[in-house]
Amino acid sequence: MHGLINRAIQVFVASTYGEERWRDVMDLAGLGFAEFEAMLIYTDEQSNTMLSAMEQVLERPLPEILEDMGTFLVSNPQVEALRRLLRFGGVNYVEFLHSLDDLPDRARLAVADLHLPALELVEHSPGQFDLICQPGLPGYAFVMMGVLRAMGDDYGDLVILDHRGTQDGAEVISITLVETDFAEGRAFDLGAHSL
Amino acid sequence: MMTSADLLAMADQLCPMYALVDGNGRLRGVGPTLKKLRPDFEWEGRRFFRVFDLLRPRWVRSMDDLLQTAGSKLHLQFRDSPHTSLKGVLVPLPDGEGALINLSFGISVLEAVRDYDLTSADFSPTDLTIEMLYLVEAKSAAMEASRQLNLRLQGAMIAAEEQAFTDTLTGLKNRRAMDHILGRLIGAGADFALMHVDLDFFKEVNDTLGHAAGDAVLQNVAKVMVECTRQTDTVARVGGDEFVMLFEGVREPKILETLATRLITQLEEPVPYGGRLCKVSASAGTTLSVWNTVPFEAAEILHQADVALYAAKRAGRSRHCFYEQGMEKDEQLATP
Repeated sequence: MHGLINRAIQVFVASTYGEERWRDVMDLAGLGFAEFEAMLIYTDEQSNTMLSAMEQVLERPLPEILEDMGTFLVSNPQVEALRRLLRFGGVNYVEFLHSLDDLPDRARLAVADLHLPALELVEHSPGQFDLICQPGLPGYAFVMMGVLRAMGDDYGDLVILDHRGTQDGAEVISITLVETDFAEGRAFDLGAHSL
Repeated sequence: MMTSADLLAMADQLCPMYALVDGNGRLRGVGPTLKKLRPDFEWEGRRFFRVFDLLRPRWVRSMDDLLQTAGSKLHLQFRDSPHTSLKGVLVPLPDGEGALINLSFGISVLEAVRDYDLTSADFSPTDLTIEMLYLVEAKSAAMEASRQLNLRLQGAMIAAEEQAFTDTLTGLKNRRAMDHILGRLIGAGADFALMHVDLDFFKEVNDTLGHAAGDAVLQNVAKVMVECTRQTDTVARVGGDEFVMLFEGVREPKILETLATRLITQLEEPVPYGGRLCKVSASAGTTLSVWNTVPFEAAEILHQADVALYAAKRAGRSRHCFYEQGMEKDEQLATP
């Protein structure tokens, strides 16, 4: 699993639960190191060991933790860069949802060896969508749930999400856009990033 | 039949940074994004060349010249501040009615987006600018992550080098390794001998033939020392031209005397370097652990070898001395 993903989990745990809890996770995992490097590759076995250690140390079901992590990735100022990259996907939430089909390609454009599972958006009726998450990254759909929820807030839209389980090996998230402009979204300034 | 108003309405959508210029070089209309760059301008009727400075092609001086550029790339910039640079291409309109010039930011887009507070709505949906901005940010973020990793790796490399036990020039053990082994021998209560060797005339080689020659000499010294000792002995370079040898299990001064003599003789063999011969010699001082009463410190035994070495130096160099009790007094007399 790519270091960026492992590192994201580390940053999330350390800033939500504290550095100490993260050290507990890594002590329990017993991988021989305490920090993941964003630009290195780790084996799936190492990542899975870390994930199950995290579940034990934090004493919460993994899907819940992962969904919180998805929210964290979008809403925490520490990882503002990711939120900005996602906002490039569209000027409103629906456009953003449609841009998710391109997400794995976009990710690879930025970091050539970062492979994310394919996502497919199916629009059933205006405001009613299914997001189909292909397998390849355990728990990815739960992270996406958090991301989708937080991006709804980011655009100021009211969104209801439901994890519908697995269909033909792929996980399905149903998305209902209840109200646009439900609240004041966060500003997105194309050129705000200082280079 | 399409009117010019229809044409401009289409252009607003397709290329929102166009400028429509009449046959006299006066602006007759501009796209919404171009308008946004100078919101206070009265565009209509202004001379195109009053607003834009044409940087290339340089031969363009008049509206007629400008029409000649049809289809080729134009480099322009605003005459007033901010002097945003633009790329453009001109298409003549039929019947000498002027031309449509489409503009874009080119590489200046990053500053332009900031300077003019542009949003995705200011670019045509087919325009790749948003993708480019995305890519720039994504790459900057990835580059920053890589840079951080490089910094950490560099730190780790320096730490690893500091912890390393090898002298990189000679391949011998270094001071740190020697301290470590000496500590272990003392801790284990082993019998051993410690010989401190210092090169004579090494500074002269360095000064007259250069550091590269000095390095060649040091490498040769290391080779000789390794050849004169057993695999289980420790040979360490502890300073510029200082070496320490540890001989585990040695209680007999006689063996060491023979070894030291052979070592000094072999070190005196001239080393050819760059067509010249480098000549050095060595002085050595030795002490034995069995001459000390337990417990003793590494510093004490190192000091004894040191004192013996300086006795050898004082006695005329190129020789070997054993430590004897009372030598410290001579040293104190000799070094005021």
